[in-house]
Amino acid sequence: MSRRPRLHIPHPPARPGEDPDFSYVEISPAGSVARPDPTARLRDIERSLAFEMIRVLDDNNVATGPWDPLLDPADLQIGLRHMLTTRLFDERMQRMQRQGRISFYMKSLGEEAVSVAQCMALEPSDMLFPSYRNQGLQITRGRNLVDLMCQCLSNSADMCKGRQMPIMYHWARGNIFSISGNLTTQFPQAVGWAMAAAIKGEDDIASAWIGEGASAEADFHHAMTFASVYKPPVILNIVNNQWAISTFQGFAGGENRPFAARGPGYGFPGVRVDGNDFLAVYAVTRWAAERARRGVGATLIEHVTYRADAHSTSDDPSRYRPKEEWKAWPLGDPVERLKNHMIAEGYWSEAEHEALIAELIEHVSECWEEALTYGTMTDGPQLDKNELFEDVFKDMPRHLIDQREQLRALEDD
Amino acid sequence: MAQMNMIQALNSAMNLMMARDPDVIIIGQDVGYFGGVFRATDGLQRQYGEHRVIDAPIAEGGIVGSAIGMGVNGLRPIVEIQFADYIYPGYDQLASELAKLRYRTAGDFFSPLTIRTPCGGGIRGGQTHSQSPEGIFTHVAGLKVVMPSNPYDAKGMLITAIEDDDPVIFFEPKRIYNGPFDGDPDKPAVPWSSHPKGEVPEEYYTIPLGRAEITREGSDLTVLCYGTMVHVCEAAAKAAEVDAEIVDLRSMVPLDVDTIRSSVEKTGRCVIAHEATRFSGFGAELAATVQEECFYSLEAPILRVTGWDTPYPHAFEWEYFPGQARLIAAFEKVLEAA
Ligand SMILES: Cc1ncc(C[n+]2csc(CCOP(=O)(O)OP(=O)(O)O)c2C)c(N)n1
Repeated sequence: MSRRPRLHIPHPPARPGEDPDFSYVEISPAGSVARPDPTARLRDIERSLAFEMIRVLDDNNVATGPWDPLLDPADLQIGLRHMLTTRLFDERMQRMQRQGRISFYMKSLGEEAVSVAQCMALEPSDMLFPSYRNQGLQITRGRNLVDLMCQCLSNSADMCKGRQMPIMYHWARGNIFSISGNLTTQFPQAVGWAMAAAIKGEDDIASAWIGEGASAEADFHHAMTFASVYKPPVILNIVNNQWAISTFQGFAGGENRPFAARGPGYGFPGVRVDGNDFLAVYAVTRWAAERARRGVGATLIEHVTYRADAHSTSDDPSRYRPKEEWKAWPLGDPVERLKNHMIAEGYWSEAEHEALIAELIEHVSECWEEALTYGTMTDGPQLDKNELFEDVFKDMPRHLIDQREQLRALEDD
Repeated sequence: MAQMNMIQALNSAMNLMMARDPDVIIIGQDVGYFGGVFRATDGLQRQYGEHRVIDAPIAEGGIVGSAIGMGVNGLRPIVEIQFADYIYPGYDQLASELAKLRYRTAGDFFSPLTIRTPCGGGIRGGQTHSQSPEGIFTHVAGLKVVMPSNPYDAKGMLITAIEDDDPVIFFEPKRIYNGPFDGDPDKPAVPWSSHPKGEVPEEYYTIPLGRAEITREGSDLTVLCYGTMVHVCEAAAKAAEVDAEIVDLRSMVPLDVDTIRSSVEKTGRCVIAHEATRFSGFGAELAATVQEECFYSLEAPILRVTGWDTPYPHAFEWEYFPGQARLIAAFEKVLEAA
């Protein structure tokens, strides 16, 4: 064959057996990026926000610069608690999947700051459109872990009535929308929710999350176009955790410019933030929320972070990336960084941290025990089989009534 | 002959075709370095290079659209859509473009795509990893739509699909990737090595699209089925001690009407089975065909056994799945009819 192909194929910096290399991740010093007024003209601010990296915590865990949100120690403790709860909940659920108690699970290890800090920076009436790696939103909004566990168990107390795989939560009362297995579909939906808020003259805003891999879907571009045209009160988040199953962020177009830079391409700001810096994530979310609430328009936020564990319980990342890659991640661990900051400031200690972990492990265990009292997929209280046919429509049409009867007759035999 | 499971058989088909024809390329999510989430393209990038086994961005519309363009420019792309449940962002490119290109250009342009995609349930995948959307493709004029039920057919049919100048949507019933499944989830898994169709030649061979296979001859009734349901229907006939003739359609478009007609003319009774939802499902097309072709031979109404008309649930998967009990009830009913 005499072909000489010249198509560009992106290559991750390291494959299994090679040394991790994150030199491609451009990192700005903490405190180095100016914080513009949320109403500033795009052309004056677009470059620094999208191409630099907003960071508050410096290498010595000191909060510095104009983006420091100056949170109370009590709020920092709440943030740390929610991040740890998320992590310990994930750990427990992954173990339960390994033991065959639930069919599937996805952890958010290493990305906890994104959900927790953002949720704390928003109002409870703001509408959240999560991806499957945003369990921290549920936890921070105050959802009982038992409810989340019951969903994973598809048991008699499952909010989805057994209709969705584990982790596909929703929470109408808590203003958290349903998670779809189909990537990126919620992005334009969040824009539409925000358009409705603006049409109705209400102050609530919407926020949506996708992974950087999912930003390749057409729905991302639909959302961006509508956000550009109507300037609705919405925050669009790309969680760039470097990997989309086996493909690194270069396969979503991340080799050439930051994902944040897509915002200015559509006519509104994109902000690139250290996604493992709790304070920075909180601060940029406040900034974006202010833009939304003041009617200035949408903001795209790129959270630079790292997916520290497998994509899901069906995945084996050692087949496509170095085993210890997370250890080399230059932006560290969001939990450790916030903890060390609080210790450095004198409002936290190793002893308190250990005690908190012990308390939360106990809490997660108690919740699991309680969740089991509502049944598992095989034992204990079960969902009503007739529920299978409910909620396809508001009122059940004739053909579904017939099918429900057929199933009943079969079960009676 | 070698023993292969369905994944190995598909891999073997692609490997052979890539070796024979430098224009054959593969594109899809995670298909390259990783070898696919079901490992169907395992090792192929190492063998044929990154320009022929291409990892794609997560954009099904982009994958299908760009593959159409590659096909127009002389390549012969095999597209993998990771799950059939995720094919919808590519639907416009498939239904409006790929299906109609030859027709609207009076044959001057075409794009010889093969779209491989795992379908079907029984894996606790919930509504986004279990769907059987074949019916919404059979309804589009200009697409061939097939679904093999075993490794031997999978290989021979995939080779034919790749060589075909028309677009082929190649559904792979993922529940039987590793072994035949009779619909009873409580039984231990059976490997393909225990099944005659797990014997697969290493070399090139083809199975024509549009040719059904009678996997069990019988005289009491005809069962029309494809994919995983072939095995469930065989087991149900055995359990019910019914002398059923099981017709594995293998291809929905084009449809082997001759085999269907001669079987139903012989038995006079017909049950249609598929995992997909019932309403406007492919079974409706089959029932209409049987009615038109065999009306005077029919001794009982044609019955359909299908997934219920609800999204695929996570719990109650086996209440949803059209398993042996429902098939047996249907067999009894068509046999009772005078
Ligand atoms: C439309 C669609 N296509 C493909 C998939 C299969 N899939 C599930 S998650 C995933 C990777 C997503 O990566 P990314 O968006 O970066 O998010 P992350 O998992 O890294 O958080 C893929 C390809 C899907 N769920 N939906």
